[in-house]
Amino acid sequence: MRKTLLYSALILLSALFIAPFYWTFMTAIKSTADLYQFPPVFWPSEWHWENFAAAWNKQPFGTYLTNSLIVVVFSTIGQLISSSLVAYGFARFRFPGRDPLFIVLLATMMIPWDVKMIPLYMEFNMLGWINTLKPLIVPAYFADAFFVFLLRQYIMTVPMEIDEAARMDGANAFDIYWRIHLPLMMPALVLVGTFHFMNAWNDYLGPLIFLNDQSKYTLTLGLSMFKGLHEVDVTSIAAITVILCLPPLALFFVAQRYIMDGAVGSSVKG
Amino acid sequence: MDMTYAGAEPKMARRKRSAIARHAAPYLFISPWILGFLFFTLGPLVFSLTMSFYDWPVVGERTFVGLDNYRTMISDDPQFWESLWITVKFAAIYVPFNIVMSFLLAMMLHNITFASGFFRTAFYLPSVISGVALVTIWSWIYSKEYGLLNFMLSLVGIDGPNWLGDPNLAIVAIIIASLWGLGGTMLILLTGLKAIPKELYEAATVSGVPGWAQMLFITLPMLGPMLLFTFITSIISAFQQLTIALLLTKGGPLGSTYFFAMYIYDNAFKYFDMGYAAAGSWVMFIIVLALSLGVMRWSAAWVYYEGEVRQNDGDGHA
Repeated sequence: MRKTLLYSALILLSALFIAPFYWTFMTAIKSTADLYQFPPVFWPSEWHWENFAAAWNKQPFGTYLTNSLIVVVFSTIGQLISSSLVAYGFARFRFPGRDPLFIVLLATMMIPWDVKMIPLYMEFNMLGWINTLKPLIVPAYFADAFFVFLLRQYIMTVPMEIDEAARMDGANAFDIYWRIHLPLMMPALVLVGTFHFMNAWNDYLGPLIFLNDQSKYTLTLGLSMFKGLHEVDVTSIAAITVILCLPPLALFFVAQRYIMDGAVGSSVKG
Repeated sequence: MDMTYAGAEPKMARRKRSAIARHAAPYLFISPWILGFLFFTLGPLVFSLTMSFYDWPVVGERTFVGLDNYRTMISDDPQFWESLWITVKFAAIYVPFNIVMSFLLAMMLHNITFASGFFRTAFYLPSVISGVALVTIWSWIYSKEYGLLNFMLSLVGIDGPNWLGDPNLAIVAIIIASLWGLGGTMLILLTGLKAIPKELYEAATVSGVPGWAQMLFITLPMLGPMLLFTFITSIISAFQQLTIALLLTKGGPLGSTYFFAMYIYDNAFKYFDMGYAAAGSWVMFIIVLALSLGVMRWSAAWVYYEGEVRQNDGDGHA
């Protein structure tokens, strides 16, 4: 009885969370006639797959996609390398200033992005990086506090004896990082890579502030601009929205095991 | 195996060199973060604090004005107070709802076994997509004539309002759309629930402790660190709310969703008054910092860390 009630509530609630996705997909695929029906059409009479191609060609979405991919791929590589190196440094060495530095690292997570947004704009402006993809890529090569924290927690679960044994065998600190910890951290790296991929792919404010030319737009910025200009072209907007949602959703399903296993949650407790 | 012998010969020299390397090594490993901290965090912070004392246009002369930016903001700029008030209102509703709803969902998921993975995924999915996509989707749900929400309301005989056009409702609309993305918070709390030792509940049940008391004296205290973490991150994200408001309502109608972050954004990138915007961003920083520290201090009263029990074992501290 109690279980029945619980499951009914869960089904209803999950429907609320999923319905908007369903609705968007159906909007993208509907015919124009179905679009403005009231009561709304929940199951379209005809499926117009060509809506996707039509929408894609209304603006240089191919260019936007290329830009998004460049940003995401290069910044993810940077984030994985830099955050794991820093995490290893904090997890495996005793050195003067380690603990205060780590506290500073944690504290940086509390700084609102708004405070950095203006000086960063000026900084990148001086470097001549405005209207290039660099502001969206380069900072990822300098480690993110949250990811460092996450990976450090992970490394600390590995017994120190393994490092000792490797050192006995003549491995230096970098060998130990590269040959032992990096492979062992794989699940945590998948998690970091996934989160970073999503952040970079979904980012809107960064591209909005740092990019001017249409030829430099990422997909999020391109879609929002397209939406601003063609508010009434609901079908196309929906189609692009579906395309925009697909990569993070696909990645989520692939990496789900790592995300749900709770590396996020368990790291908070330490 | 021969290689080990070959390498053993200049052992002394190598040991000396490795001593230096050993001291430098940790700093080399953390150097990416140190450089990043200097160039992308500390530098910008110092820079923006400096800017906040200047009249600093993007192009042209900058002049030192002392505390004038802050003074003007506080005494002469109604928009500062209005946007701050809207943000506080938003945070005051969004933060508790975000945590309570995430907690309830996590509790429900924790109590089932069949299909729990499916439901977990369903609740988490919206957190995976872009704010731009989220806004696009919700702008149709809220549409007055063709919107899904008003259609649902019409089924129960309610004449749906103009969600995004009504100054009183637009902020509610933004809160609901934001809450759609509570999956991350839920996941953290769910992990926390799973980490609570089952024996605690078993012992309590054997001693006849009722369910509500178990919740109050076991679940909530054990979840303390997680609740604290989600509390602070929710506050920070509430104060930074910009994407949804910028795209869904553009601050309107009648400025009813003109958030503080948007006020800073406009001063910087619409009016190009960088010094004034920097001052605004520092006001936000100080508020967020004060709130976070306040919550942390207050949390000492209710957050329970496992380490504590070992120190004063058996003094009955819940």
